[in-house]
Amino acid sequence: MTNGYIAAIGIEVHCELDTKSKLFCACENSFGKEPNTRCCPVCIGAPGAMPTLNENAVELAVKAGLALNCKINKVSRFVRKNYCYPDLPKAWQITQDDQPLCYGGALEYEHNGEKKSVRINRIQLEEDAGKLVHDGKISKIDYNRCGVPLIEIVTEPDMSSPEEAVAFLTELKSVLRYSGVSKVKMQEGNLRFDVNISVSKSEKRGTRTETKNLNSFKSVLAACSYEINRQIEEMEKGRKIELETRRFDESLGEGFSMREKETAEDYRFFIEPDLLPLIVTDEEVKKIKRSLPVLRAQRVEKYIEGFNLDKSDANRITDSVKLSDLFDETVALGANPKATANIILGEITRLSKVDGVGELEPKITPLQLYGALSLVSSGEISITAMQQKLLPLLWGNESVAPKAVAKEKGLIQISNPDEIEKIVLTVIKENASVFDEYTSGNERVFPYLVGLVMKASKGKANPQLVNEILKKQLDGRS
Amino acid sequence: MDITKLTLIEIRNKIASGCFSASEVVKATLENIEKNKDLNALITIDYDGAIESARKADSRLSCGEAPLLNGVPVVVKDNISTKGLPTTCASKILDGYEPFYDATVVKRLKSAGAIIIGKSNMDEFAMGSTSEKSAYGAVKNPFNKNLVAGGSSGGSACAVAAGLVSGALGSDTGGSVRQPSAFCGVVGLKPTYSAVSRYGLIAYASSLDQIGPITKTVKDNALILSVIAGKDEMDATSAQIETDYTSYDRSVKSKTIGIVKQFWEQIKDEKISLAVENAARLLEKKGAKIKEVSLPSFNLSLPSYYAISCAEAASNLARYDGICYGKRIERKDYESEIIATRSTLFGDEVKRRIMFGNYLLGGSGRELFERANCARRLIKGEMDAIFSGCDLILGPTTPTTAFERGKLGALNANSNEDIFTAFVSLAGLPAISVPFGKNANGLPIGIQLVGRAFEEKTLYKASELIEKEMRS
Repeated sequence: MTNGYIAAIGIEVHCELDTKSKLFCACENSFGKEPNTRCCPVCIGAPGAMPTLNENAVELAVKAGLALNCKINKVSRFVRKNYCYPDLPKAWQITQDDQPLCYGGALEYEHNGEKKSVRINRIQLEEDAGKLVHDGKISKIDYNRCGVPLIEIVTEPDMSSPEEAVAFLTELKSVLRYSGVSKVKMQEGNLRFDVNISVSKSEKRGTRTETKNLNSFKSVLAACSYEINRQIEEMEKGRKIELETRRFDESLGEGFSMREKETAEDYRFFIEPDLLPLIVTDEEVKKIKRSLPVLRAQRVEKYIEGFNLDKSDANRITDSVKLSDLFDETVALGANPKATANIILGEITRLSKVDGVGELEPKITPLQLYGALSLVSSGEISITAMQQKLLPLLWGNESVAPKAVAKEKGLIQISNPDEIEKIVLTVIKENASVFDEYTSGNERVFPYLVGLVMKASKGKANPQLVNEILKKQLDGRS
Repeated sequence: MDITKLTLIEIRNKIASGCFSASEVVKATLENIEKNKDLNALITIDYDGAIESARKADSRLSCGEAPLLNGVPVVVKDNISTKGLPTTCASKILDGYEPFYDATVVKRLKSAGAIIIGKSNMDEFAMGSTSEKSAYGAVKNPFNKNLVAGGSSGGSACAVAAGLVSGALGSDTGGSVRQPSAFCGVVGLKPTYSAVSRYGLIAYASSLDQIGPITKTVKDNALILSVIAGKDEMDATSAQIETDYTSYDRSVKSKTIGIVKQFWEQIKDEKISLAVENAARLLEKKGAKIKEVSLPSFNLSLPSYYAISCAEAASNLARYDGICYGKRIERKDYESEIIATRSTLFGDEVKRRIMFGNYLLGGSGRELFERANCARRLIKGEMDAIFSGCDLILGPTTPTTAFERGKLGALNANSNEDIFTAFVSLAGLPAISVPFGKNANGLPIGIQLVGRAFEEKTLYKASELIEKEMRS
């Protein structure tokens, strides 16, 4: 930090839950649909409509809490956060305040080779607002997003640099994805951030400002850097930092003050009378804990310690939950971890990328992959044939078996040494001059001879065996 | 055909037996409504819908179907959502608003074959006790048109009292079903909080509001309640309960009835005090035990009620800005527009309560709001104590009978109209107002019975005895 200033960064992460329906009504929770087509009296705040809680959203919120090492409040309450804005049809947001669903957790992450940790103050369950679309002089409201379930994850100001903040968020994103809480599609607004920043020369924290509505890691990095520099500049000039809300314009690379930060009273919080207290039993928490999938950090550790993969491969595989799941399940069937890792990082990744955007979707089952790898390890097909010919045929075709396809497409290698020897002997006989070249010491013709054998076998001979048998024959005769 | 004196059950039975058709009933009803336009009981009349519904009711009969309320015309208060039919809450700000859905109680009435013939007039957004504070003009008391009908469900009570319909729905937050029922000489029930779904009721105070039936007789009331009450998956606060209220016997033997001693000094008409005493004596004769009980925090109930209801109302009414529905006053930007719309189109009483409510929820008044909540818990505790030794509480519904229109000054909150009804709402308990005699000016007096949570049947038992006495 410059001039002895220390920065303290805390983040409020808004994460959209991966549920079928909205938090308080049965409308579809989906992105990108025609405006105002996923609405009902409840989520558009029609007079007289009332909220009813989506239990699946509660489950996912608890999952997030457990994945972030939080304690779960057995009894938590919903409150009304009252304010007027066009994207908030009831003129209040149903959220949580004093009694959130989860509290007191922490998440470890790595930055510059060091292990760090950020404390999670709380996780609260709340509904999203609609979307304002500005069209020249008119603003339009789309209520499709209104009522989508969110968790707000509030951290303590434990990060001390913009880079740390991004490293933390990267780990957080992975945890949320791996635990099945959210699809964390940044381009669909699944994750949004408000950053609270203060700087100080001493242990005592300075006055913080809040920069709202950042929606990418890039903007978090830029906004944090900008604000830290701005606050240091102000303090160097002897000016006080005001408690305020700011926004950051990514294209300009500048931050702007929005208003004096509201005090709690402006929201006139009171307990939501239209909902009952949210009760989660010990049994339910236990059940959800059991259903929590293995998270990324643990998988990486297992790949390195248990399967001897190198760190960068382990990280690359776990970049995608689906690829990591495929790896786990294929190895569980008995496949060799290194071979599995290689094919996943190679051809499987390539095929997945060709298909879609965003998250990689492998279109092959673990059983099929295991089958394909087994054919290679048994020598029945060559690795090249598996990569280039067999995999594309299995891709997207769940029901076909690798061996059957290999047979049908004539990919099965000739692995019988006697058969290969026959072909080798024939080739030697028919290419006596080349054979003479080799025996007179020109070893460079060996690959040509191998090529001749492969050609004679129509490419089906097991190349390794061809090499061995040909060498034996040639050396035997020379 | 004069159906104005018939009870709901009589009309239902006569339609079922073929004595007359639903279409004839609707025709007669529409004529009566027209004849009594000056009462100003209704804001919207659904001529076409009612005639069509009557036709359907008649055809159901010819197929041998006879749902519980088949062919019976009723009105519902204009703060209850009716799909495609204007729902204004008697406010200019909802002028022209037609809901996209039916309230659950409306759905249930329709399933039972009832015909929603109109929306009744009321105090704007249910804030008031006279039904004068309406953008559509005041409701007149059928007994004397110079007097108020009571509020805020004045239109519903008036319509039943004048025989325009035999049953109506009102909403009660601090007395808005019971008080107009008393002023108009009809039976009105506020159910236990959570007994009847609030889905579709345009909220005033969410922790107090309940929809209740207004009828000519106790039996009619129990029938409507049986149709509308019960768990609703659209209302998370609704209770899982038994909903057959019609099967009660008419006996109060061995029941203990308490009279709150703090009541007497609040009664302003000696005929009302006499009515309470007479009702007590009557019930005693029928086998009940009468005793005096104390509600020490009785005088905290009105301030607590006003604080809590205004605070919740300030939140509930914040959404009305004319942008998506209702009337909109256009200005150059969002903030100016909502200020113009709300300042112009809300009535004074509504604005007063919203401001008071926001003051209570915001910084400076918050402590008062918390104290009001404490008072509420105190009252509930004292009520629970009373009900550990009593099955019913008996008292007057109102401190006076109906009074002249225009009498109640600007600050409605100063009036004591809700003194006998508000404390019941704070405790979430059920209560019924049943007519019992008249005062010196011939105006109806209402007696109120309060019961334990979900014991509406006990209320019906006792009030039917009072009703029977009135008839003889």
